[in-house]
Amino acid sequence: MASSDTLQVELVAADRLVWSGEAKMVIARTTEGDVGILVGHAPLLSVIIEGVVDVQTVEGETWVAAVDAGFMSVANNRVSILSEHVEMSHEIDLEKARQDLERAKASGENDDEAEEAVRRAEARIRAVERAS
Amino acid sequence: MALSVREYRARIRSTESMKKITRAMELIAASRIIKAQQRAQAAAPYARELTRAVSAVATFSNVDHALTVEPEDPTKAAILIVTSDRGLAGAYSSSVLKEAERLIEKLKGEGKDADIYVTGRKGEAYFKFRQRPIIQAWTGFSDQPTYDVARDIGETLISAFLNETGETPEEGTAPGVDEVHVVYTRFRSMLSQEPTAVRLLPLEVVEGDEKPSDEDLLPLYEFEPSPSEVLDSLLPRYVQSRIFFALLQAAASELAARQKAMKSATDNADELIKKYKRIANQARQAGITQEISEIVGGVNALADAQAGSE
Repeated sequence: MASSDTLQVELVAADRLVWSGEAKMVIARTTEGDVGILVGHAPLLSVIIEGVVDVQTVEGETWVAAVDAGFMSVANNRVSILSEHVEMSHEIDLEKARQDLERAKASGENDDEAEEAVRRAEARIRAVERAS
Repeated sequence: MALSVREYRARIRSTESMKKITRAMELIAASRIIKAQQRAQAAAPYARELTRAVSAVATFSNVDHALTVEPEDPTKAAILIVTSDRGLAGAYSSSVLKEAERLIEKLKGEGKDADIYVTGRKGEAYFKFRQRPIIQAWTGFSDQPTYDVARDIGETLISAFLNETGETPEEGTAPGVDEVHVVYTRFRSMLSQEPTAVRLLPLEVVEGDEKPSDEDLLPLYEFEPSPSEVLDSLLPRYVQSRIFFALLQAAASELAARQKAMKSATDNADELIKKYKRIANQARQAGITQEISEIVGGVNALADAQAGSE
């Protein structure tokens, strides 16, 4: 179980466990804005939106992942981020993400679905850019 | 034994090629089961975390949600029937459909009409052939379902549940229902799969299978932005993940059923080949015996004729 000075982090997609490990800090975007979670954070259940999740590991590495809307739970130094789709930055095909963004913008529709597609593509591009 | 040796040989050859096909399908199903099981396992963490979060919200807030409220005097139910796209899987699809019929009867007895939603071509064909209305069918993924499909199905069923019953629905939306049931095949083991019917909506939050350890118990969660909004985003996901779970179980069951069916088909082909070989050999020997006796008879006749002329 978690030692008391690190966070146990799990990034979980609907069909697989994408990443798990120990971390110093996790930053995610909730409906209210970005939150940073450090060790000893109060228990929290929060809705997250399409965006980028930063995980800073104990060794000082940074993992970046693009997530869809989902939610995050924090309790007892365990952070679980659940989303239907989670992609680590090194798994993302930047070209494809750019094309998706172009297509989503070009479709010109202004409904929720189109906006969601745009946000999702943007999140993936940001994730790659931040990681590099 | 009226047939000639040649015809038996042809039968043996065709049985052999059929056996090759069934054997190949058996092996393919066997290798896919492993993948299907892995997928089911990979999806478990998501379902586990979701269940935990839902129980947490349910424990710490008294917020009622539209998806958890029991409608008074239910008159209409939706049934999602999970079948396969292809046959050659023994009684797999028919046993799910039988279970579904039983559920429909039972609901009728309780005064509820059933709207039918189907996944898999077999189920679709079953209801089309009987000219019974299907509200919506999803096909083409039965042996490797993706989450997106589950989400699509979930959204449709949730909107059906949230729509008022009795009113004519707007264009493109599902007619309203008071309950949603799912009939799928639970994968118990490679040898036994069991058609099961469960009620999906209104939700009863079930605690996770494993008891949370002491330190996991009852952290006082803060909810952001608010308990009701967290619940709003959680519950549909919970429903979708339950549907995804059903689809994954059904996929593993379908493959197991297919493997079993194809194994017995291969065994039967072996039996048939053995039987045909035996009959063919008998016919061959009978032919040789006849030829010999004809030759001997002919020689004797010649010898007799020569003896007579001398």
